[in-house]
Amino acid sequence: MAARRLGAQTGSKIVDRLFVAVLFAAAIVFLAIIAGLAIELTRGSLLSLKTFGFRFLWTSEWNPITNIFGALPLIYGTIISSLIAIVLAGVFGIFAAIFLADFAPRALARPLSFIIELLAAVPSVVFGLWGLFVLAPAMRTVIDPALQKVFGFLPIFSGPSYGVGLLTAGVVLALMIVPTVTAFSRDVIATIPVDQREASMSLGATRWETMMKVVVPAARAGIFGAVILALGRALGETIATTMVIGNRPEIAVSLFAPSYTLASVIANEFTEATTDVYLSSLVELGLLLLIVSIIVNGAARMLMWSVFRGARSAR
Amino acid sequence: MSFLVQAAEREHQSKMDVGDLSVYYGRFAAVKDASLAIPANCVTALIGPSGCGKTTFIRALNRMHDFTPGARVEGRVILDGTNIYAPGVNPVLLRHKIGMVFQRPNPFPKSIFDNVAYGPRIHGAHDRASLEALVERSLRRAALWDEVKDRLDRSAMDLSGGQQQRLCIARVLAVQPEVILMDEPASALDPIATSRIEDLIASLKKEYTVVIVTHSMQQAARMSDFTAFFLLGELVESGTTAAIFTHPTDKRTEDYITGRFG
Repeated sequence: MAARRLGAQTGSKIVDRLFVAVLFAAAIVFLAIIAGLAIELTRGSLLSLKTFGFRFLWTSEWNPITNIFGALPLIYGTIISSLIAIVLAGVFGIFAAIFLADFAPRALARPLSFIIELLAAVPSVVFGLWGLFVLAPAMRTVIDPALQKVFGFLPIFSGPSYGVGLLTAGVVLALMIVPTVTAFSRDVIATIPVDQREASMSLGATRWETMMKVVVPAARAGIFGAVILALGRALGETIATTMVIGNRPEIAVSLFAPSYTLASVIANEFTEATTDVYLSSLVELGLLLLIVSIIVNGAARMLMWSVFRGARSAR
Repeated sequence: MSFLVQAAEREHQSKMDVGDLSVYYGRFAAVKDASLAIPANCVTALIGPSGCGKTTFIRALNRMHDFTPGARVEGRVILDGTNIYAPGVNPVLLRHKIGMVFQRPNPFPKSIFDNVAYGPRIHGAHDRASLEALVERSLRRAALWDEVKDRLDRSAMDLSGGQQQRLCIARVLAVQPEVILMDEPASALDPIATSRIEDLIASLKKEYTVVIVTHSMQQAARMSDFTAFFLLGELVESGTTAAIFTHPTDKRTEDYITGRFG
């Protein structure tokens, strides 16, 4: 009897080990995928790396005819369009999440949440079409001129508007990522215990004070995570951006000006890359996109970490 | 009710007067027609078995039911001559006068200092020096100062359960309320922490009117001046603690305090 029980335990120990091994293998797969990506992209971009060196990063000429390639305008376009998107979607999404989590009557919160989640399921090409045929004309005729009228003294709102450009791309991207920000932030806000809200209210705080001084600070790590997740999507979004950003590899101060992103160039020009160095440069753009994504995510994590450390010791 | 009890109650001026209070959750009446005078500078204990309505009753005293969807309050709760459910009353200002301590310690995930300073800051105090003085005074009053004075900037979440509950009391005291409501403040604590909280409450009644919900009859007997017994949403009997525990007039009260149910 006793022997049999011991035997059974040994058996379960083996099962346990096997289980851990399977889990470990699953975790390793991710590492292998990242490593494989980086290696393959580096291999593909060797020619470009040899030809242009680090100049590739900070020169602004992107010329398939003369075979001279510099990625700076593309890096600029990628980061700025994503920044516009994350600012718009961040502000709007967090406010929407606060409303849905704590202020909306239940009869309204349910359908609204459903619609927001539905928005996340719309294919990006549909956003692109809408951006091109609805938003771009509206930007050109109404929104951009209005911005210029009010904020025209700022260089970022100067110059002619073509409809398509950085700002339009940023707005389309914002629409695409706002469901992510809203849905995740709402879930995080909902996890903050009722205890905390009651403690604040019972001290004479209003609902608004309770939300902004207790609930949102307690939920900020999760909200930040939601924003980062959304930012990752904005950085890599290809088709919608390509349709509305204007596809011109130039750095202009004005947000109205056409621009180009890393992902858009790859998608647009891969089939036309006739020379080896052209193709290799496009692969290097892919490598850059991977690196930019890693750096942005890393920086965001560092920022979050320092904010928390600061908050912990701040008094 | 005996003549003695009435005399004892008359000696104390009421701070709050609850009249015909009913609280409904949807169509369910959790408290039915309860009337109770809450004497100033005394500890009033609300006792009764689980689900008897004592927590619902105490939450009606600072309008916490305002946030419970489907909850409805009828009747009057008079504080210093004003019905707190009257149309013109601002519940935010009301809660400035009536603080509340909850069953589970619920400090904010902020520093110890920021927890205590939360209420005063909400109410517009931003002067550093006076805030520091107020925080120290509140923590001292809550018998926590000596344990935390060197780490006010540390997270309140690092404190033990008993310390957290005293911090929550300090947080309430910092708002300088007149009445403190406590909903089973020691039920989540160990016996030593419980006894410290009880000592603290006993000392608070000199300056504050305290209403405490407790499931422990010993606790009610030890520390309260007046006791109200609830059963199935009904306020069965109230009076001085001595009278309730020695000469209950209602059979149900007697059954409860002698341990026949609950």
